[in-house]
Amino acid sequence: MSEKSERPENSERSERSEKDGKAERTGKSGMAEQQARLAVFKTYKLYVGGKFPRSESGRVYEVTDSKSGQWLANAPLASRKDARDAVVAARKAVAGWSGATAYNRGQVLYRVAEMLEGRREQFVREVAEAEGLSKARAAAAVDAAVDRWVWYAGWTDKIAQVVGGANPVAGPFFNLSTPEPTGVVAVLAPQESSLLGLVSVLAPVIATGNTAVVVASQRAPLPALSFGEVLASSDVPSGVVNVLSGRTAELAAPLAAHGDVNALDLAGADADLAVELEAAAADTLKRVRRPAAEDWAAEPGTSRLTAWLETKTVWHPIGV
Amino acid sequence: MSSSVPAYGPDAPGRLAALADVTASDAALRRFLHGLPGVDAVGLEARAAGLGTRSIKTTAKAYAIDLAISMIDLTTLEGADTFGKVRALCAKGLRPDPTDPGTPHVAAICVYPDMVATAREALGEGSGINVASVATAFPAGRTALPVKLADTADAVAAGADEIDMVIDRGAFLSGRYMEVFEEIRAVKQACVRADGTVAHLKVIFENGELATYDNIRRCSWLAMLAGADFIKTSTGKVAVNATPPNTLLMLEAVRDFRDAVGVQVGVKPAGGIRTSKDAIKYLVMVNETLGDDWLSPEWFRFGASSLLNDLLMQRQKLSTGRYSGPDYVTVD
Repeated sequence: MSEKSERPENSERSERSEKDGKAERTGKSGMAEQQARLAVFKTYKLYVGGKFPRSESGRVYEVTDSKSGQWLANAPLASRKDARDAVVAARKAVAGWSGATAYNRGQVLYRVAEMLEGRREQFVREVAEAEGLSKARAAAAVDAAVDRWVWYAGWTDKIAQVVGGANPVAGPFFNLSTPEPTGVVAVLAPQESSLLGLVSVLAPVIATGNTAVVVASQRAPLPALSFGEVLASSDVPSGVVNVLSGRTAELAAPLAAHGDVNALDLAGADADLAVELEAAAADTLKRVRRPAAEDWAAEPGTSRLTAWLETKTVWHPIGV
Repeated sequence: MSSSVPAYGPDAPGRLAALADVTASDAALRRFLHGLPGVDAVGLEARAAGLGTRSIKTTAKAYAIDLAISMIDLTTLEGADTFGKVRALCAKGLRPDPTDPGTPHVAAICVYPDMVATAREALGEGSGINVASVATAFPAGRTALPVKLADTADAVAAGADEIDMVIDRGAFLSGRYMEVFEEIRAVKQACVRADGTVAHLKVIFENGELATYDNIRRCSWLAMLAGADFIKTSTGKVAVNATPPNTLLMLEAVRDFRDAVGVQVGVKPAGGIRTSKDAIKYLVMVNETLGDDWLSPEWFRFGASSLLNDLLMQRQKLSTGRYSGPDYVTVD
C-alpha cells in the first residue's frame, strides 16, 4: 500500500466522466459547445463521534478497483490516535445507547435500513468496484445487507426474552436473568465482503446496546466509509458507531490492548494476527470472538447477538 | 530591582510600600491602572495559540504529567458536598494512583469553608498537602464586608492553609478600584492566624465577567498591589473560565510585576482544564513566559477536579504502553 498526500493523476477516470458528460449534452441541441463538467471527486473520511474527521496523522492511502486496479479514491490511513479518539467517542455514547429502550433502538436501526435503501445505487456501484462483482451480484449483496440490517433491527426488543428469563430456584425467590450490553466493542470488519460482511458484524453489536469502533476492510474500505454517512443521516446517536480505515494490523493492536475496550470481534483478522490480538486482549480480560470461515449470505442465527451480551441475574424474595 | 522576594515573605510589604503613592487615593490608583498599556488582543491570542502547538513527548511528557499532578488544587465545590466526599477526595489527593506509589501527591485540596476541618483531619499531619478554602461568599462575592471577613477568619481558624477569595466584580466594573483594593487588604488581614502565621491568599478575578483583556491586566495589578500571594483566573462557576489567552495575560502581568516591584506572585488557572494536553499547554506557557522560577507547585497551580483522572490515565499509558480508561481511576 502506498501512502500519498496528494491526489494522483486520475486521468482515466476523469476522461471517462468527461466523455459521459459530453454524450449527455450533445443530446440537447445548442449545448454541445459548452465545456464538459469537471469531475467532482469525493473525499472519503473517517466517521468518529458523529463527525467526519480526516486522520489525525494526515495520511491517506490509495484504494483501487479490485478487478482493473484503477484508482478509485484516497481513503484515510488512520493512526492509533484516531483509534484512541474513536474509543473515547464510543465510551461516551455507551450510557445513552445502552440506556435507550430496546424498542427505540429497533426504530433507529430500521431508520438506518431505510437510509441505506435510499442510497442503493451508490452502494451497488461501490460494492461492485470494491469486490469485483457484476452489477447484478453487487445489487444482490446490497439488498442482502439492507435485509440483514432490518432483521437485526427486529431483534433488539426480542433478544431479552430469548436469552433471559425467570429461572426456577429452590427457595422463595424470583430469580431473573437479563442480558445487558458488554460496552465498547472493537470490530475488525471482514476483509472480503465490504458491505454485507460489515453489516453482518456491526448490526448485532449495536442492536444489543453496545457501541462500536469498526476497522473497515483494508483493501476495500469505501463502502464502509460511505456507510458512516448513512449512519450520520439516520437517528443513530453520535459515537455509537465509529468507522476507521487503514491498516488492520496497525489499528487493531492498540484497540486490542486498550483498557477501555470491553470486547473484540476478530472477523477481519488473519490467523496470525488473531492469535497476537487475542493475547494482547487477555491483559485486560476482553471478550474475544475468533475469526472463522463464514458465508455472509447465509442465515446468521443469534450467535453474534449473544456474543456481546452479559447476563445479569437478580434474586428477589417472594412475598415481601 | 536586584532580587525578588516571595509575595508571602516578610519583605514583600516593604517592597509594596515603595508604591504607596500609587495606592494613596482612588484617583491615583485609577490613574495608575488606566495608565497600564492596552492589551494587543490579536497578538495575545496568537501568542497563546502559538505556544499551544508545541509537541511534548516521551520523557518530557512524563515529567510534565508528574509536574502537573503535583500542581493540582484538587477541588470539590458543590452544594451537594458531604464529609464523606471530602474525605474520599483527600485520600485521592494523597495517593492519586494506588497502583503506582511513584505518583506524586497533589498540591492542595480545595473545599468550602465548612469542609476545612474535615479535610484537615483526613489529610493528617505532615502530608505535604495544603488545605485551600474558598471564602468571601464564593462564588458571587455578594455579601457585606464583615460577613466576608468572618467567612475568611472562620476558614483560617478551621485550619486552612490557603484562602481563595473572590473580588467584588460589581465594584471593579463600575470603577470603584479603591474599594476592591481595600477589600483585598482587609481579607489579607483576616488571613492572619492567632499565632501570627499567615494563610496564603489567592485572589479570584472571574475573568469571564471582567469582559475585556484590559480589565484583566488592571485587575492583576490591582490585586498584586493589594498583596495577593496568588492570582487566580476564575471560580469555575461561569461560562468562560481559564483560557490560554487570559492566563497568558496574567502570567505576563506577574512577570512585569516582579520586574517592577521585585515581588513574586503565583498564578492559578481554574475551571475548564480537563485534559493532559491542555495542562501541558499551560506549563509550556509558564515556562516560556516566566521560566523555571514559576515551574513548581509553590508558584503555579491548576484548579481542577477531572483533570487529575486524565493525567493519571496518560501516566498509565506511558508506563504500560496501553491506553487506559475510566475503569482504572476513581470516578466520583
